[in-house]
Amino acid sequence: MARRLPKKDVVIVGFGWTGSIMANELTDEGLEVIAIERGPWRDAPTDFPPTYMQDELRYRIRHELFLRPDQLTFTFRNKMDQTALPIRSWGAFMPPNGVGGGGVHWNAEMWRFLPSDFVVKTHLTERYGASFLPEDMTIQDWGITYDELEPFYDRFEYLCGTSGTAGNLRGQIMEGGNPFEGPRSRPYPTPAQAQPFSHTLFGKAARELGYKPFPQPSGNLSQAYTNPLGLKMGPCTYCGFCEWFGCSNYSKASPQTTILPYLVRKPNFTARDNSEVIKINVDKSGKRATGVTFVDTSGEVWEQPADLVILSAYTMFNVQLLLHSQIGRPYDPVANTGTVGRNYTHQTVSTVNGFFDPKKFNFNPFIASGSIGMCIDEFNGDNFDHGSHGFVGGGYMGQVQTGARPIESALVPPDTPKWGAAWKTAVKENYLSTVKPGTGVHGSFYAYRDIYLDLDPTYKDRFGRPLMRITMDLKENEIKQNKFLTDKFAEIIKAMGADKLAVQYRTGPYDITTYQTTHLNGGAVMGSDPTTSVINRYLQSWDVPNLFVLGASAFPQNPGYNPTLTVGALAFWAAAAIRNKYLKSPGRLVDA
Amino acid sequence: MKDNHSRFEICRRELLAGAAYFALGVSRSSATVIFDHLPWTPNAGDPPTAATPGPWLFFAGDEGKTVEALADRIIPPDPETPGGKESGSAVFIDRQLAGPYGRQDGLYVRPPFLKGAKNQGHQSEKGPAQEYREGLAALDKACKDQLGGKAFFELSDADKDRVLNGLESGDFKLDGVDGRAFFEQVVKDVQMGFFADPIYGGNRDMVAWKMIGYPGARYNYLDWVSRHNEKFPLPPVSMTGRAEWTTRTQR
Ligand SMILES: Cc1cc2nc3c(=O)[nH]c(=O)nc-3n(C[C@H](O)[C@H](O)[C@H](O)COP(=O)(O)OP(=O)(O)OC[C@H]3O[C@@H](n4cnc5c(N)ncnc54)[C@H](O)[C@@H]3O)c2cc1C
Ligand code: SF4
Repeated sequence: MARRLPKKDVVIVGFGWTGSIMANELTDEGLEVIAIERGPWRDAPTDFPPTYMQDELRYRIRHELFLRPDQLTFTFRNKMDQTALPIRSWGAFMPPNGVGGGGVHWNAEMWRFLPSDFVVKTHLTERYGASFLPEDMTIQDWGITYDELEPFYDRFEYLCGTSGTAGNLRGQIMEGGNPFEGPRSRPYPTPAQAQPFSHTLFGKAARELGYKPFPQPSGNLSQAYTNPLGLKMGPCTYCGFCEWFGCSNYSKASPQTTILPYLVRKPNFTARDNSEVIKINVDKSGKRATGVTFVDTSGEVWEQPADLVILSAYTMFNVQLLLHSQIGRPYDPVANTGTVGRNYTHQTVSTVNGFFDPKKFNFNPFIASGSIGMCIDEFNGDNFDHGSHGFVGGGYMGQVQTGARPIESALVPPDTPKWGAAWKTAVKENYLSTVKPGTGVHGSFYAYRDIYLDLDPTYKDRFGRPLMRITMDLKENEIKQNKFLTDKFAEIIKAMGADKLAVQYRTGPYDITTYQTTHLNGGAVMGSDPTTSVINRYLQSWDVPNLFVLGASAFPQNPGYNPTLTVGALAFWAAAAIRNKYLKSPGRLVDA
Repeated sequence: MKDNHSRFEICRRELLAGAAYFALGVSRSSATVIFDHLPWTPNAGDPPTAATPGPWLFFAGDEGKTVEALADRIIPPDPETPGGKESGSAVFIDRQLAGPYGRQDGLYVRPPFLKGAKNQGHQSEKGPAQEYREGLAALDKACKDQLGGKAFFELSDADKDRVLNGLESGDFKLDGVDGRAFFEQVVKDVQMGFFADPIYGGNRDMVAWKMIGYPGARYNYLDWVSRHNEKFPLPPVSMTGRAEWTTRTQR
């Protein structure tokens, strides 16, 4: 029934950040590449022009740029003995849709992981002993090291023009940067962004408390930049409509600003939009992918044969497509067998809002960018001794407020009525003098045996396929970690001069209705052991060697940083392995 | 599950139905093949649709009056800033309920509808439009039953506030409707209309933005990012500009 298209060398499933990177790399190699994207084509002048992009209701509240749950959603429960129910409207995270993927409407906070994050199991066991880790915690090493990934971090940063201050240049600690970061081979391509008042004040307060604050690395550019592909970006204007929105200024790093205009001109590249891949096809042996089947918005079904399949559909859809295509063995938490769906994680975030004296403080909080902010990293990873604290992991924290769009940012101090004259007066008095960091505390989320993804027994998507089921909860380790970090964060907000604080810890049970970043990870993790990973260190499927799976689905657990710089670096790393190794001798790059 | 390959075979009828359904909601929804150049057409944007002036589109009978009365107690007028009614929050809610939001367009509305934990999210076949219809009817009935035959909008301000405080605390019960949840929803929507761009019917003349000092749909603060603790001097603009900018008001 499917109409068969002419065979390509490579088919790319999902045309967001990683799909764009891989398409550009493999077309450079001379291969015929097609990228297939579920959502529409998107560009700044058409889809987010400066005449009407600043629309909080349309883009933030009604989620205009995101996937619609009636097209595809998931079911959710906290514990294995509960009945999972469908996520009928998005809350805890926002799945992307459309060309550019999450790159269109992300903040562009661009963090490298710590060297110890990649070997976290070994590192923690050596330092604290195996019994220090909770029994059901299933963290593992990545099978790759920071030093191996560094050149690819560098490439992605230079592709994006990332603005920041180096903290560790080839081993030398640099004043004003993050002293905890791994060594970097070059400074950031552009200097750090300017910091508005409240962000600057946070830096000052943190320094006075003995910390080493630094500007958050930002894909919202501090100045004009021409990237290695010759594409030009403009300076960010601190418009305050960054995350959830597209950038009208060509100032936010995205596939649109950093890759697509260059890629699309190549004669060996084609893309199809509004076309959803519903299956990765494998031959009878089950060990070779033959291409993909997709359906376009008119209901036409197509088959795209290819020699190499790149799955780059974002964490959730990567795992969902593997399960629906029956590639790899689904994870079974009871028997502790299988791998697809295992080690699913999120991000442990919280915040503290500060209410300041309006007579003394005017923050003009609407002036900000998506990845603005001053941060500290003293409490991330294993940068501090966990011995006495009884938990592992950590995160960065900072005043990273991205604007003050009024529907979400007209806050009132604790104990104020929620409506009526007193509410109205309080909103009026506090709007300009409130600090609302958003994701002020950005903590790690480690993996557990009973937190995972599988197929739901009851609910179906519009094609009649089972929805993917999320079993997810917050464990004591993460709750303790968050309490510790949030208290430290509150001290700094207080030291900035806040009169009143609204401290919002992250507590259990995990709540699918409140936004906690779209940093979803795992389910198709990388590693060196096929019994505990879906893909090898080159992101190649253990089961189907002509299938590579890109994205944060590869993270064995989630460190205390935003994922995408690592996600992009891993895509470049996998591309290098395909170009230098796989194409010369197609087959498994690592022996099982 | 493992052996049941046929579960994943999708019949063409389902594909067509499934695909056509979501195509309605997406602006550029027909599949295209892209090669050689960026598929860009001048002036192909999808600007927002302004709320139409005129009569209620969704509210019927006294519903509009009730929501205006609610809006004015949630955001009471004061000498400097109009209240929820005059600034248009009821118009905002009416237009939202008459549109895709009211109908739950794009949300997952397949059965079964089971009662779950609060942290599993809204699990009802009813969209906001129907919930408003039922909530307003229940409020009307409860007021008439308990407050001398008067509808909510006929009560004194003090009595209105007593009802609202009762809804908020759960003491004032509605028949067949969760009064507290309904009130929470109304508060959220009234305040949302107050702060959203005036193009959607609330926040008339940007009164809410003027009240808090938010400069609106501006796009460039480069000159201001490093000016710390100074009040931003410019008045707000909306997506449609400012009244003063149109020739009509200049005359
Ligand atoms: C609001 C928001 C803010 C964020 N901010 C940050 C940040 O500041 N820093 C950071 O590091 N990360 C951030 N992220 C996360 C970031 O967007 C993602 O990590 C990144 O985009 C992942 O890249 P990817 O290639 O894996 O997926 P994406 O870029 O999301 O691309 C996947 C693409 O695949 C498509 N697709 C899915 N299924 C199919 C299918 N079946 N067939 C065809 N196409 C399909 C999707 O429509 C999508 O376009 C943010 C995310 C959101 C939503
Ligand atoms: S904050 Fe800067 S990068 Fe972000 S959308 Fe605005 S101008 Fe673009």
